[in-house]
Amino acid sequence: MLTHLICVVLRERKFLKMSDNIFIVGAYEHPTRLATNKSVAQLHAEVAIGALEDAGLSKGDIDGFFCAGDAPGIGPLSILEYLGLDVSYSDSTDIGGSSPVAQVGHAMRAIRDGKCNVALITSAGRPRSEAGGAGDLTERPEYPESGFEVPYRAALAPSYAMCAQRHMHEFGTTSEQLAWIKVASSHHAQHNPNALLPNLVTVEEVLASPLISSPLHRLDCCVISDGGGAVIVACQEVAKSLNRPKIRVRGVGEAVGYTRGSDINLTTSAVRHSAKSAFLEANVTPEDIKYLSTYDSFTITVLLAIEDLGFCEKGQGGRFVADGNLISGVGRLPVNTDGGGLSSNHPAHRGGITKIIETVRQLRGEAHPAVQVNSCDLAVANGLGGMLDRRHGAATAILERIS
Amino acid sequence: MYIEDPNLRVPERTPETNVFWDAANEESLLYAKCSDCNKPHYYPRKVCPFCFSTSINFLKASGRANIYAFSLFSKGRPPYISAWVMLEEGVAIITNIIDCESDALEIGTPLQVVFCSVEGGQKVPVFTPRPVESAIK
Repeated sequence: MLTHLICVVLRERKFLKMSDNIFIVGAYEHPTRLATNKSVAQLHAEVAIGALEDAGLSKGDIDGFFCAGDAPGIGPLSILEYLGLDVSYSDSTDIGGSSPVAQVGHAMRAIRDGKCNVALITSAGRPRSEAGGAGDLTERPEYPESGFEVPYRAALAPSYAMCAQRHMHEFGTTSEQLAWIKVASSHHAQHNPNALLPNLVTVEEVLASPLISSPLHRLDCCVISDGGGAVIVACQEVAKSLNRPKIRVRGVGEAVGYTRGSDINLTTSAVRHSAKSAFLEANVTPEDIKYLSTYDSFTITVLLAIEDLGFCEKGQGGRFVADGNLISGVGRLPVNTDGGGLSSNHPAHRGGITKIIETVRQLRGEAHPAVQVNSCDLAVANGLGGMLDRRHGAATAILERIS
Repeated sequence: MYIEDPNLRVPERTPETNVFWDAANEESLLYAKCSDCNKPHYYPRKVCPFCFSTSINFLKASGRANIYAFSLFSKGRPPYISAWVMLEEGVAIITNIIDCESDALEIGTPLQVVFCSVEGGQKVPVFTPRPVESAIK
């Protein structure tokens, strides 16, 4: 314990000058999609090692740690012990799948406050091996809403499906338009050797896939995969010392959305508020953005987020996403060039970490050449998880490449 | 697809919601309304989620409602219809729609509350399409 305290004091001396500019210096996505023979904690460790290698840092450099509910144990306690990390700051904020995106913001502020210098964010799980449906996560009897949802088996897929139905009803959005979101993701996934579903699909194939929860088809739904990822957020002094492209965290916003019954609105998400906060902090507008990674648990998740981020007017999302507009090299706004959750990876039923990682790849110029966006200097990683028609969390991070 | 059995589960009672479930056993559907800000809310709580007032009344709903949104969850065992229904009293609630042909439903379809017994005898409110002649005026 004494050693630990000395370490902390030395650290504070070393970086006495707090830096305003905060950077993502490491990013790593686990290549696995099926981890039958690994534990969840082991996956967290493997992605941590991967991100450190990517950054050119070592275990002892980490002095901040961030994880969410996918990490086994109470908050960060068990996983910190498992990893044997010696940190001066930790945070286990859980707002669902977008938690890692929110934690990029928390890490930025903790570093600015001088609480840590090198923050590791991990996210990992093995729902495919454990064969657990994401819906199970919402059915805990102690939750205050459970008495009014569990009896009705108010599950995850119908939650999103009803938002899609309302969007169709209110704005004339069609299943064909939603299908274009999957088509774009499959265009990108064909270049990702680790994608779970690397095959190109057509609008017709999406519409011909079985209805899972009307009006959503099987191909409107993301994959269930094992795996995970990690990112490392660091102060300017550390970023400068590394031989990697400089990806600055320019602004991060987060928000929670829900309904109280008499104020129900299934066509606007909490992204509206997380995006507003992030764009304000970053002092840029959606027109400036070259690339978007956005949460794609279902196609409708992407459509609502694109509207709520401000890339088009509310209700125009269907028209915006159609005809390949999200395909890199084809459309106005390349989205999820790794194939996203719809075609590549949705580890631990939580896609937030993968959104940050592909955004970093794009800004570094390290995406697959077939999907790399030209002069990609400003991009958004956006998370939107939980129950879209009810309580859900959103986080928006605006990242910038500094030349 | 004809949806008959919703395969309802036993609701978790709390000291806060006993009154709701006791009323359900009498085949009354209650909803919560704040007597300070006058807004109804769902799910029912003893503190108003709009204004923090603790003056909450659990009032008897007419049982008439319209579909706000629904989804046939084909993967359910058995398949079932999840729904947000708008009570006549102006508050939307999560429920199931039963005893109906799923293809016949649309947003706005008039509904009537019915009560189904679950394991242990507790009654749970669900909804079924209402004959047109008794539609909301």
